[in-house]
Amino acid sequence: MSTWLRNNQLIALAGGAAGLVSAAVALIFFYAPVDRDGLNQKIFYFHVPIAFTAYVCFGWGAWKALRHLWKRSPGADLESYVAIHQGVIFGALTLATGSLWAKVRWGHWWVWSERQLVLFLVLFLFYSAYFMLRFSIEEGPQRANICAVYAIFGVVLIPISILAIRLAENFIHPIAFNKHGPQMATSQFATFCVALAAMLVLAGALYRLELAGKRLDAQLRELREALA
Amino acid sequence: MKRYFQDVLVLARKDLLLELRARDTVPAMLLFVIAAFVTFHFALPSQSSDLAAKGLLWVALVFTALLGLTRAFVAERNERLLDGLLLAPCDRSAIWLAKGVAVVAFLAIAEVVALPAFSIFFSGVDGATIAGAVLADVGIAAVGTLLAAMASVSRARELLLPLLFLPVAIPVVVGGVGASVVDNPGRYLGFLALYDGVFAILSWASFEYVVTE
Repeated sequence: MSTWLRNNQLIALAGGAAGLVSAAVALIFFYAPVDRDGLNQKIFYFHVPIAFTAYVCFGWGAWKALRHLWKRSPGADLESYVAIHQGVIFGALTLATGSLWAKVRWGHWWVWSERQLVLFLVLFLFYSAYFMLRFSIEEGPQRANICAVYAIFGVVLIPISILAIRLAENFIHPIAFNKHGPQMATSQFATFCVALAAMLVLAGALYRLELAGKRLDAQLRELREALA
Repeated sequence: MKRYFQDVLVLARKDLLLELRARDTVPAMLLFVIAAFVTFHFALPSQSSDLAAKGLLWVALVFTALLGLTRAFVAERNERLLDGLLLAPCDRSAIWLAKGVAVVAFLAIAEVVALPAFSIFFSGVDGATIAGAVLADVGIAAVGTLLAAMASVSRARELLLPLLFLPVAIPVVVGGVGASVVDNPGRYLGFLALYDGVFAILSWASFEYVVTE
């Protein structure tokens, strides 16, 4: 069993993700109670886990970048890139779900006093530039180094930006919305945990899938060069 | 340690001397910041408050800095000067520190003109704004020099630097505008100092990886 798991990590992860996501959707719509916010509160179970997963992806990307600079681990550069790519996808989803929520809750597609959303916009801009940077440098060790440094900058920028957005509220928006409303019930918290696990495993599966594709690409290129 | 600072001094002197002879960055920055103020005057509706103008002051300062930063590694790239610098027997981070010192000097010159010009065109500038500008210069130079080195390696070059720099500069704008507009600017100045410290250490430690393979 353990050997099978080791050899088929991607299949196991994809299966786990499918199961967990279905379970999370079922729990969100049939188990978690509808609170006084009504049905739109359900998006909380998607929005927050997706946002958290995006952080984990950015963190993982920075960790791999550090491994590249520090230990020169082979492949760490590609892993860092794929993790950040996943992070940007989940970041874009965070922006979309957050924007939807803001529209239903407050009647506007964009609310500048919603800190998480503003932070994700800054991070989204920052990490989108990562791709511009990466694809305008010749492939090679220097590109790997520069991308690694930029990825590490990203995780340092996150807390600094959180602080900045908090400080900015004092002179931009003095009134903060209380986003959570009532305290979470146990059933809501359980649903939230399953949804979070589902998103994390889904991100893991996508990460593995993209990595496998990219590695295959690289091998194919090497083979072509060897044959040419 | 003494040797390190001697290297920094020599390298910074080289950048300042180059600018003194060629005079292509600082005059452009000065003209740009004044032109930006004039544009802002026409962009602001007549009833807008001084607060709006203070916000735009920071926009002008950040974009002026950006203009200077795009020129920071031009000589290194065009004349392949960086290869020579990397061969020199000095610590690589000294190259970053020297370039940062030169950028701070250029920014300071630009602000010596920009802040009085702002107070003539719009409203007076208080001590907190000046302190904020000094702290912001250090942060902008620290991060900007590293990002400019990254951008100079890429094919996109001048196109790429604003994309890399602006998201990182948002906290500087928050700190600077906060210091200019609130009554107790201490928190904002403290935040700018924190930003400077964190990003200076990070850039100092990582510059070597950006310029070497």
